[in-house]
Amino acid sequence: MKLQRKNRLRAAAIGALAVSGALVLTACGSDDNSGSTGGTGGKTSAASNVKCDGAKGQLRASGSSAQKNAMDLWAKGYMAACQGVEINYKASSSGEGIVAFNQGTVGYAGSDSPLKPDEISDSKKVCKGGQGIDLPMVGGPIAVGYHLEGVDNLVLDGPTLAKILSTKIKNWNDPAIAKLNPGTKLPDKPIQPFHRSEDSGTTENLSKYLTASAPGDWKYPIGKSWPAPGGQAAAGSAGVAQQVKQVDGSIGYFELSYATSQKISTVKINTGAGSPVEASSDNASKAIAAAKVVGTGPDLSLKLDYTTKAEGAYPIVLVTYEIVCDKGNKADTLGTVKSFLTYTASDEGQQQLSTAGYAPIPAEINAKVRSAIAAIS
Amino acid sequence: MATTTQIDTPPPQAPVERPSGRPTGRTGDRIFLGLSRGSGILLLVVMAAIAGFLTYRASIAISKDHANFLTSFDWLPSQTPPVFGIAVLLVGTVVSSVVAMVIAVPVAVGIALFISHYAPRRLATSLAYVVDLLAAVPSIIYGVWGALVLVPYLDGLNAWLDHYFAWTYIFDQTQSGVARNMLTVGILLAIMILPIVTSVSREVFLQVPRMNEEAALALGATRWEVIRLSVLPFGRSGVISASMLGLGRALGETMAVATVLSPSYLMSFHLLNPGGGTFAQNIAAKFDEANPLGRDALIASGLVLFVLTLLVNGAARLIIARRKEYSGANA
Repeated sequence: MKLQRKNRLRAAAIGALAVSGALVLTACGSDDNSGSTGGTGGKTSAASNVKCDGAKGQLRASGSSAQKNAMDLWAKGYMAACQGVEINYKASSSGEGIVAFNQGTVGYAGSDSPLKPDEISDSKKVCKGGQGIDLPMVGGPIAVGYHLEGVDNLVLDGPTLAKILSTKIKNWNDPAIAKLNPGTKLPDKPIQPFHRSEDSGTTENLSKYLTASAPGDWKYPIGKSWPAPGGQAAAGSAGVAQQVKQVDGSIGYFELSYATSQKISTVKINTGAGSPVEASSDNASKAIAAAKVVGTGPDLSLKLDYTTKAEGAYPIVLVTYEIVCDKGNKADTLGTVKSFLTYTASDEGQQQLSTAGYAPIPAEINAKVRSAIAAIS
Repeated sequence: MATTTQIDTPPPQAPVERPSGRPTGRTGDRIFLGLSRGSGILLLVVMAAIAGFLTYRASIAISKDHANFLTSFDWLPSQTPPVFGIAVLLVGTVVSSVVAMVIAVPVAVGIALFISHYAPRRLATSLAYVVDLLAAVPSIIYGVWGALVLVPYLDGLNAWLDHYFAWTYIFDQTQSGVARNMLTVGILLAIMILPIVTSVSREVFLQVPRMNEEAALALGATRWEVIRLSVLPFGRSGVISASMLGLGRALGETMAVATVLSPSYLMSFHLLNPGGGTFAQNIAAKFDEANPLGRDALIASGLVLFVLTLLVNGAARLIIARRKEYSGANA
């Protein structure tokens, strides 16, 4: 047992080394590319169709840390194409992003949840003659990862997941789990659920899914902090993923990229569709496609359908928004905001998302996003 | 306070003219007096400023708190209405520090006695060096080591304690889980405060008057009896002040606790169950995502830690003041 654990640790260490090594190498690669385009002084690189019209100076933005990696990716591509423009996205939290936006200190804000009515009325002071609008820009699947020796294919549904995460189901060989996994030999082992120790948009979106799909089993308030009793906590998605990786019998949730990079098995969700759905960028996009736009006018806040039974639609998703003024943007940031968001909403920008473990916004909604961006002034 | 006046009395007598009549550098004395007095006052001003800042920001938070700040078990400052309280954090901070003290102080005294009275010279110096070196390791390193190495190995200890000592209530493991609990935090903190307690205790034990020890030996005492009759009584207040220095570190330790603990806001005295939290750990964990009220709430919890530390240090000074002629801290 000890020996095995040591080997696992060693394997994890080697794995981590390999992953970071690969990251370093790829980072170097792309750096070289951008360097060479910058070096030749060309404003247009062969691969990108970025329009830099009106973009100038530094654009400050702030908000959700869930979309940080996407922003980093986009800002890098954009800045390589548009010389002298700097995009500075500070990944703090959705709440802080909105506060900064309504104080007028940032060009746009990133947020896991759309503006609330009182936040919209606050935004009218900053947006002269207009108001703040929500533009869905980044989607992503929340993977439910598990570590159970001898089981590499696990199917759960909303109610069972809710009972596991709230420690109502305590053992892996529980009949409710066995019923969803016919033919799988489930070990007699206690379940160790892990959740985030700090406030997190991921937690909030998971709670929304559980509330919608298991109203009878999940009666906790929806919020950024973990509401249910029991289980253990770890810091950050990385912390939860590390614990799940380390502890046999554990289950936890994090963004998909953590599961793929650390090779953690993820739960397939039985949504009522023909076959259980796996967490992947494509499947998340299919679920977001089932969302309804509930915002009025140019505001595109979405109501996600967590109970969708569409074939291949993975229902535990989060959508993060960019919040901008529809009218009355500051003159010195308007050009950059418009140009940068046009790039992030473009086909090229959206395609990059799946490489970072996110999901592109479905074409139908994305078309509305693009026309909303074109109309901002 | 009594000790302060004791220490403060000598300086006025300092500028004494030497009989030879040579100028003794009165100006030098004055400059030095000014500098040291200035530094002392600066320290008080800084402390007062910290206290003032903490109190101001804390008052903002507490005035908006819809629960009792001292007794509530929740930490939800971003909820409407906001509710938060420090009960769990206060208990967690005290419990983890007490566990650390219970483990660390006897071990530290043992090491200090071994180094000062038993070990051969060469071993003693290298051992003392190694112990002092432990103090220089950053806490995050202890945290990572604790999470990757210590926690997996403590599962066995947990099971053993649960099996044989469940009747003590505190060692009853009611929620099975990985050993990311208050006992683990206590063990880790004990390792972290070991160097400071050992090093100060060793200094004190080395200052035991040679006469006392030799007198005891002359009466036919064994080495252990010498230690029991002369070294330990002489060093007691020194060991207490060393322990308080260690306790101060344990109370405020942040990153190591945040790394090895599975925090929660459930009050539990089952040391082996995952859960609980400490002030410093909670501030580190919550600060990033906190809204403005959340930050003020965290600062309010920081104020409580500040007061707790002051109380502990004050209590330590009181104990030491009773036997100040022996105190290692005042020597």
